[in-house]
Amino acid sequence: MPDLVDLNALVELRAVSKHFGEDDRRVDALADITMSIFSGEVVGLVGPSGSGKTTLLNVIGCITEPSSGWMRLNGDVVYDERWLRRDLRRLRLEKIGFIFQTHNLLPFLTASENVMEVLELAGASSAAARSRAAGLLDYLQVGSRGSHMPAQLSGGEAQRVAIARALANEPKIILADEPTAPLDSERAGIVMDLLRRIASEQRAAIVCVTHDEAIFDRFDRIFQLRDGRLVSKSTTLASRSRRRFAD
Amino acid sequence: MNLAVRDLRHNLLRFVLTGIGLGGLLGIVVVMVGIYKGALDDALRLPRASSPDLWVVQPLTKGPFAEPSRIPRDTRDLVRRIPGVAQTGAVTFQTLQAAANGKPLRIYLQGYEPGRLGGPSALIDGHGITQSHYQMVADMSSGLHLGDRVPLGPYGDRYTVVGLTKGMVNSGGDPIAWVTLLDAQAIQFDVAPPLQRRERAAGRSPLVTADINAVLVQLQPGVATAAVAQQIERWKHLSAVTEKQEEDYVTAFVISKMQKQIGMFLAILIVVSAVIIALIIYTLTMDKMRSIATLKLVGAPDRTIVGLIVQQALALGVSGFGLGVALTATFKDFFPRRVLMEPADLAILFAIVVVICLLASALSVRAAVTVDPAKALAG
Repeated sequence: MPDLVDLNALVELRAVSKHFGEDDRRVDALADITMSIFSGEVVGLVGPSGSGKTTLLNVIGCITEPSSGWMRLNGDVVYDERWLRRDLRRLRLEKIGFIFQTHNLLPFLTASENVMEVLELAGASSAAARSRAAGLLDYLQVGSRGSHMPAQLSGGEAQRVAIARALANEPKIILADEPTAPLDSERAGIVMDLLRRIASEQRAAIVCVTHDEAIFDRFDRIFQLRDGRLVSKSTTLASRSRRRFAD
Repeated sequence: MNLAVRDLRHNLLRFVLTGIGLGGLLGIVVVMVGIYKGALDDALRLPRASSPDLWVVQPLTKGPFAEPSRIPRDTRDLVRRIPGVAQTGAVTFQTLQAAANGKPLRIYLQGYEPGRLGGPSALIDGHGITQSHYQMVADMSSGLHLGDRVPLGPYGDRYTVVGLTKGMVNSGGDPIAWVTLLDAQAIQFDVAPPLQRRERAAGRSPLVTADINAVLVQLQPGVATAAVAQQIERWKHLSAVTEKQEEDYVTAFVISKMQKQIGMFLAILIVVSAVIIALIIYTLTMDKMRSIATLKLVGAPDRTIVGLIVQQALALGVSGFGLGVALTATFKDFFPRRVLMEPADLAILFAIVVVICLLASALSVRAAVTVDPAKALAG
């Protein structure tokens, strides 16, 4: 591991590259990415299609192993020889929450069972999982919809249930892939406010891939990618305002 | 939380319809096995009912059931005089196409000597043969009733049904009927009057024979069967077959072709069932591949994914098998052949169905465990 380590960072990537294929077919999806993400902040990953946003999200989410470079998550270096596939799965279960562009709720489980399933996978008893799922759904104001199947929920409700599922195991980091894409601007704003609240109340970092410029001001920092490279990182006006307010 | 049950409940109609189709298919498998076992049991009923220690038959033949055997009638007296022999009985067998009550009647007629070995056992109604001629004991599967009169032989002599048995059929499923040996020989060998006249005109005597097909031998307690058999076979015109050998001949020669035919059908049906289960499970798995990718992404172990698929395959196979058995049990009496459902056969079939389900789900399991969790993130 290189000697440049930010001990305060929840997620730290150093010189991370990822390519697919070899020789003539080689595609460099990520090149020399170095970045840190801290607890409690909401970070945006933006860039045109094919810029490497989703690949970067997959690397941070312990799904795709980088070709070179290293990553540290909550103090542990990920993707060295010690980590087996099942360890990465365990890491995802316990430390990472995922929110998808489409809610990706399991269609054969009720809203409540979708949240319970993640808890039970982590070892919670059925009763404990039921209780925590009910609490989370109440927290996200969809408690009354717990017994409904995903197909019976509106887009906004389904996305809230998906957020509840992402929060179930109190993850350190939540990765959101275009979470507001299927929502109108009003509902998109509500979801982003919710994510902000979660970051603040649960001290979780939120990394959000988006094309939606209307929500850029909801991020503390924005990382812009182009052709697999980090071309800029900026602190948003909203973040500066929040900091001034805090000071 | 059992994901397989939840998913099946969500797709209940699809599951039920598939289960019904599979149940019908597996029901045919159960029926085929039952028909074979029924035929085997039928074929062995007659040899077992007679239950002699030895069958004395024509040399170089496989007894009276696997191929024709003709020996002189005095063989019975000859064998009776061998030390150690307790009882004997001369028998004949023939298949007849007759008619009774205005309906065609196919029977397997056994001639025997009343009071000696070879008669009907376990009558359920009426009594045994009490006269030398024109009485008959028949199995109730023939459709005959006590008092019915059945015309048999070249003269159309009427035989009155005086007793009934149950479940006595031959390897072809034809009901068995018993008459006296003399009547059976007359039915078999007597020729019609026009042919008698023609034979006499030609200077030949009409065909008359007193041959029998076999002699049943019961030994005294403690007498070695092999020793008596050896003694009988010293007469070069006779051969002695033990009860076990007779059963082996029936199994190996009489219904071996049926065994092969049904075996081939079973193999085809089992392969078709396996393909159908594999196809259904693969389709069900492909339909929820995004859900599986999501489960993997959120950290579900492989055993959760494998459990989901294998449990569904087993649920489908087991419920289909259960339905197949239930359908067979309900409708087996309507089959023209006896369908014998034995617990051991059902247990073996059940094990085969379980193995098929496991094999059939292998393709789906492979597709599911190798799916990239990142697929869940794809828009």
